[in-house]
Amino acid sequence: MKVRAMTAIAALLAAPLAAVAGPDSDELVVNGEINMVTQTEAPAHLDGALSELYSGWRFRSDETQALQMDDFDNPAMVFVDQAQEAWDTADGTEGKSCASCHGDAADSMAGVRAVYPKWNEAAGEVRTLEAQVNDCRENRMGAKAWKYDGGDMASMTALISVQSRGLPVNVAIDGPAQATWEMGKEIYYTRYGQLELSCANCHEDNYGNMIRADHLSQGHINGFPTYRLKNAKLNTSHARFKGCVRDTRAETFNPGSPEFVALELYVASRGNGLSVEGPSVRN
Amino acid sequence: MASGVKPRVKVPKSVAAGEAITIKTLISHAMESGQRKDKEGNVIPRSIINRFTCEFNGQSVIDITMEPAISTNPYFQFDATVPEAGEFVFTWYDDDGSVYNDNKSITIA
Amino acid sequence: MDFSRRDTLGLALGAAALTVLPFRVNAAAEDRIAEFTGGAEMGEGGLTLTAPEIAENGNTVPIEVSAPGAAAIMVLAMGNPTPGVAQFNFGPLAAAQAASTRIRLAGTQDVVAIAKMADGSFVKASSTVKVTIGGCGG
Repeated sequence: MKVRAMTAIAALLAAPLAAVAGPDSDELVVNGEINMVTQTEAPAHLDGALSELYSGWRFRSDETQALQMDDFDNPAMVFVDQAQEAWDTADGTEGKSCASCHGDAADSMAGVRAVYPKWNEAAGEVRTLEAQVNDCRENRMGAKAWKYDGGDMASMTALISVQSRGLPVNVAIDGPAQATWEMGKEIYYTRYGQLELSCANCHEDNYGNMIRADHLSQGHINGFPTYRLKNAKLNTSHARFKGCVRDTRAETFNPGSPEFVALELYVASRGNGLSVEGPSVRN
Repeated sequence: MASGVKPRVKVPKSVAAGEAITIKTLISHAMESGQRKDKEGNVIPRSIINRFTCEFNGQSVIDITMEPAISTNPYFQFDATVPEAGEFVFTWYDDDGSVYNDNKSITIA
Repeated sequence: MDFSRRDTLGLALGAAALTVLPFRVNAAAEDRIAEFTGGAEMGEGGLTLTAPEIAENGNTVPIEVSAPGAAAIMVLAMGNPTPGVAQFNFGPLAAAQAASTRIRLAGTQDVVAIAKMADGSFVKASSTVKVTIGGCGG
């Protein structure tokens, strides 16, 4: 081949390759006041599987990152507003609203998102935020449970997440929660589907690389529920898990299933130390 | 009336007379483009917000004709001059005839 | 340069390495432009169209238009099924003839902005946005 032609081919091939890089080094400050930790040392339980933690925000384009930096640029916040209305509105046979028991969300829900999913002694199981919301709705408000990954639920978990923004994710993995955590860890490293892919294959072995034109992140859920540009709405972590497993061409699990509850606890623990960003903006 | 439509607007509380401010507006709306098909293969008809206006004390700041290429949950950012204290009125016009409003007052510092 | 068959094949394979959707153009766009300008010539300069080089997702692409002194700015997506995006008409209290929004692009294409200036003249600006297929399942 002639040298000039080879240079041309090299230039064409180099163009997409140049985009393959690790996370960028931008800093996330929301509303000019909430300093988000988007890079931190990996928690001990990872045992070196990740050398350092990076929030999914660090893998997105500059334009996408900008959408999360101001609560009036962030399209998710209009759904937080809607959830605030729902918080104050009575629903169900008992004539209660969330506010009836929990008062001002800013006070009662501070720090809650950061420690969920967590063990619920009375229920004898690990509870996710969604499961807890529905427990309150059915058993204390006499209201119908919300669809686990539906719009109402996603908006409410977004409202609850806002009250923990900037706080480090800190889910417990020991004590009564340990068995669930171990189950989640096993699912994380299991290959599923025709494509035989595990979560780890992409998010541990290949973060920073491109999957077609997507920049792979470490798969943390500190930003959930997240507003995805792709479907222009809030997405819950179980909805994302369901999609990922489906994309390996496997029979996927259902939102709220024991498998996904366990997986959520494990995946959350992989991000222990990163700031709660929910609701974040991702692609 | 499309359901779950809610505006969200950022206007500073006060400004010096004659100064410019940045306004950010968003409204939750599906902006059904008319390009999608349902499970049976029928086209889902277009249903979007087709116009957005911002006025201050009766004078126009901006008047935007919107088409289906505007993303779901339409967002606009623009600057306005504030000659005196008063009220910003934001109006969104839906294909189905609904009109959504939001108002924000501003004082002179 | 002279290309042998081998060279051409090599170049084609290199180009295929770019995972972007094919370039799209829509004929109806020309009609929209003629309607806005009345067939007048369009100059350049005085109009800035800011759009990303690569859109992280074609469903929500942030853009900004700015043309100091303009009466109106029309934005077209030249490769969308219907090219119209928006027309920004600036009133007397607009502090700057500029606006930002988020748009949908069906594929890699040119986004075109045309400003109608206060003196009735027209200027045009254009930006190519690559729209990509991401991840598993798009």
